[in-house]
Amino acid sequence: MAKMPAAVIGVGQTHHRAKREDVSMAGLCREAMDRALADAGMTLDEIDAIVVGKAPDLFEGVMMPELYLAEALGAAGKPLLRVHTAGSVGGSTAIVASSLVQSGVHRKVLTVAFEKQSESNAMWALSVPVPFVMPVHAGAGGYFAPHVRSYIRRSGAPTHIGAIVAAKDRTNALDNPYAHLREEKTVDAVLASQMLWDPIRYEETCPSSDGACALVIAAEDVAAASPNPAWIHGTVMRSEPTTAAERDQVNPQAGRDAAAALWKQAGITNPIEEIDAAEIYVPFSWFEPMWLENLGFAAEGAGWKLTEAGETARGGRIPVNCSGGVLSSNPIGASGMLRFGEAALQVRGAAGDHQVDGARRALGHAYGGGSQFFSMWVVGADKPTN
Amino acid sequence: MRDVAVVGFAQRQLQDYDGSPQCAEMLVPLFAECYEQTGWSKRDIGFWCSGSSDYLAGRSFSFVSAIDAIGVLPPVNESHVEMDAAWALYEAWLKIQTGEVDTALVFGFGKASAGVLRRTLALQLDPYTMTPLWPDTVSIAALQARLGLDAGLWDEAAMAEVVNRSLTDAEKNEYAVRSGGSSVEELLKRPMYADPLRKHDAAPVTDGAAAIVLAAGDRAREVRDRPAWITGLAHMTDGLQLGTRDLTRSASAGRAAAAAGAAAGGLGDVEVAELHAPFSHQELILRAELGLGADTRINPSGGALGGNPMFTGGGIRIGEAARRIWDGSADKTLGHATSGPALQQNLVCVMSSEGANN
Amino acid sequence: MSRTLSAPVTVAFDYTRSVGPVLGRFLTGLRDATFVGARTSDGRVVVPPPEFDPVTHAATTDFVDLPDTGTVTSWTWVSEPVAGQPFDRPFAFALVTLDGADAPFLHAVDVTSPEQISTGMRVRARWAAERSGQMTDVVFEPADAPDTDAPARATADDPVTGIVTPVHLDYTYAASPEESAFFRGLAEGRILGQRCPTCQKVYVPPRPACPTDGVPTVEEVELSDTGTVTTFCIVNVPFLGQKIAPPYVSAYILLDGADIALQHLILDIPVEEIRMGLRVKAVWKPREEWGTTIENISHFAPTGDPDAAYETYQHHL
Repeated sequence: MAKMPAAVIGVGQTHHRAKREDVSMAGLCREAMDRALADAGMTLDEIDAIVVGKAPDLFEGVMMPELYLAEALGAAGKPLLRVHTAGSVGGSTAIVASSLVQSGVHRKVLTVAFEKQSESNAMWALSVPVPFVMPVHAGAGGYFAPHVRSYIRRSGAPTHIGAIVAAKDRTNALDNPYAHLREEKTVDAVLASQMLWDPIRYEETCPSSDGACALVIAAEDVAAASPNPAWIHGTVMRSEPTTAAERDQVNPQAGRDAAAALWKQAGITNPIEEIDAAEIYVPFSWFEPMWLENLGFAAEGAGWKLTEAGETARGGRIPVNCSGGVLSSNPIGASGMLRFGEAALQVRGAAGDHQVDGARRALGHAYGGGSQFFSMWVVGADKPTN
Repeated sequence: MRDVAVVGFAQRQLQDYDGSPQCAEMLVPLFAECYEQTGWSKRDIGFWCSGSSDYLAGRSFSFVSAIDAIGVLPPVNESHVEMDAAWALYEAWLKIQTGEVDTALVFGFGKASAGVLRRTLALQLDPYTMTPLWPDTVSIAALQARLGLDAGLWDEAAMAEVVNRSLTDAEKNEYAVRSGGSSVEELLKRPMYADPLRKHDAAPVTDGAAAIVLAAGDRAREVRDRPAWITGLAHMTDGLQLGTRDLTRSASAGRAAAAAGAAAGGLGDVEVAELHAPFSHQELILRAELGLGADTRINPSGGALGGNPMFTGGGIRIGEAARRIWDGSADKTLGHATSGPALQQNLVCVMSSEGANN
Repeated sequence: MSRTLSAPVTVAFDYTRSVGPVLGRFLTGLRDATFVGARTSDGRVVVPPPEFDPVTHAATTDFVDLPDTGTVTSWTWVSEPVAGQPFDRPFAFALVTLDGADAPFLHAVDVTSPEQISTGMRVRARWAAERSGQMTDVVFEPADAPDTDAPARATADDPVTGIVTPVHLDYTYAASPEESAFFRGLAEGRILGQRCPTCQKVYVPPRPACPTDGVPTVEEVELSDTGTVTTFCIVNVPFLGQKIAPPYVSAYILLDGADIALQHLILDIPVEEIRMGLRVKAVWKPREEWGTTIENISHFAPTGDPDAAYETYQHHL
């Protein structure tokens, strides 16, 4: 049985900042939602259902904040879902919203993902000590740094590759008016920054942001009225354990399996040739080459060569994170949806100054937990034929 | 729409669970029961979806290690909602409706006794104008109960009747953590706890978990002679603010019931309804909103007053209602789930011995 | 004996909430001892003002000052208050409809027995002398209570743009039964892994569910306290709640005989000399300091043996 066609017809996001002290949580969400609705030429009253995504509730200190937000989000009297799949949540939430349309249950769905990290402190929320266990945990950077070291060892990558990624993404963000960090960065400047979680440097690390992203996803007949729908060609979610004996933590099987299933759904046999723009979840710079391999854009151990050769820059063979990516804006719960939304903007020709010329098919990617939860989609300018 | 049925159900309810808040060790035997009921292994499951809460467990990403109970290498197609398992079931049902998968296993878990539940739930309120006062969840339900009492919509005897029937029925439910009916007169003699609520008007703090197996078409028929076909499934929310909604009603329950009922050929002929009413008066509100027939049997399991594991209690209502189809004791049943303060968010799942496309 | 080990855990943070223009107006009112409501598009006066109109969804802009007297619309008696509530002795929560408002809101009423409150009772606000623009700046009391002093003037003129909300929750954390056996073993100076009956891999700590097979690990395997550093990071970042002063080395250590690495500290070696493949041994704290915790091992230190070959641990990265 084939899924019903669905397309993104509206994308909205906030101006991401370290602290959005001018708005409440509801105001933050509505800023993104109202932009998405305006983009879709739709009012909130026309929306059939709302899907909210957000990472841990400890970030804002509100248990299931969608309950209190329901009225402000226009969800009162409608179905409201709340997804939480760790860092991949923004992507998973978009996929759940898609399934509301692809199942034929609804025709116009609005999804919003947010994080207001300035309400607390992400390092604290992610590192509440567990009794009896060695308290060596040090936030997400502390978690991922050993695996980055393993990647460098396994691939033999030169140690400046991470800095190339960081300099590219931060500089890309200059072309994205919504990005949190908008600053020209050189590889040398990144290399000169402090080692936070050796081998991860300060400038190779995502910021902590307040922000939200919203999408309007519509059924075929509704999307037909849109001048530039981004058709959903494939969606996938895969999960594996945080830790397991001999688990590959550098190139996780869940990511490889997810990519294989995604390319198959989208009818893609040679991803690097057939994908025009990729928005990949790269919270620490080294994850660009790691995920290039995991996604099948490069052979295992060869992802860094694409990065080093400039092939992931906007003019390269596989432009990655032309928006500036997670390295430039990281409202955690929204970060995955921003990847999905930026991919949609690319194939809609609506990415503004960071548009990849002629992009027809794009990847949105998110991961979470200990590199264990993956959500991805492929969107295209053309209605899928499969 | 594809015909999708509930074909497996397992549960645990405990007063003080001697285990971890991630509950993996509680889930392992539940999944085993589901495999035994279906004759399947984990490879037969196309999609997994769970419901749980970080604040219940007291730590971020509390759901992450729960999936170990599945055995997730090779990796699985999996998702999680920060909601009751009933909404995880909804997400799984959607996934099957898209045609991506034919089967799903849905689960919920929570160790409410890890913290002070009625206080923890104050974090579900408006964080600017309500949570700073730490209104506990029992107080909020009590404010709702009094509004109905003052308006003459129900009385204390009607509330006690709900309690008496529920605790009497719970005697036959091996999973109930509280049971034992007495009489309306005796119940009304007991002291007030949160006036006008007595302790027995509120669901007991319960730890627990549940797992439900869904399957489409022939996959369902291969498991059971009488799958519990989902003929109507809908959920709705109201706003949270207590002042601007009519707390003597649950508009979202009514809307969910209307939507599910429209798909399922009405609700007047539902034989058994399992209503997720964590407080006695909330059952009275739900009965009025759902438009059930006068002879609909309510909560033969004893309902939430006999045991209400957080983030599972709604899912258990669906499982209990499905069981009545399987065993032939009913041809049309309803499972209901609620979430949020004072019946803010509601889901209605109508099941039948006959699928719409049979 | 309980099958699990448990210990208290506190999850506490003082959340800093920016409130936006609408709630800011309301909270500024509280600081100035005034209730500010809003007129919604359906003509109702609602307090606290909704940030967005429930019908038009537009941001609220039509504000209304309200008196600080009103009527109890519903109430309950809090016989056993919980931490953080407005009173630490029994009191009433009520839905109070202010005079001139069309919808009630939740607050506390200062009465000392349930007999002193009833639906329809008149109440008035009692303002705190020191107010910061929070719901806790006020409680209600019966309108016939003796008059208290008029509220002190607010100290600030600038609008309230944010509030601090302490959230302090106490939990009892329990380790799974399998992990509990591990921590109890540590109290005897033993490192007890368990083997998965399906995949035969040795897990340390043991697991309530083998993440590959979904069954508990069972067969006990006592492990050496010597192992190999597979990978590591050097933590240079200080953060709230941190238990170990940076810089420190957090390493994955594959104990001899185990099939999964354990996270711990490496000391007794210059940081720049720590490397993948380094052979290390546990340094135990003095026995009298032992408890049921991995912290019985102070850290791991180099054994001085040659490094392990990459092939021996490459499948653990």
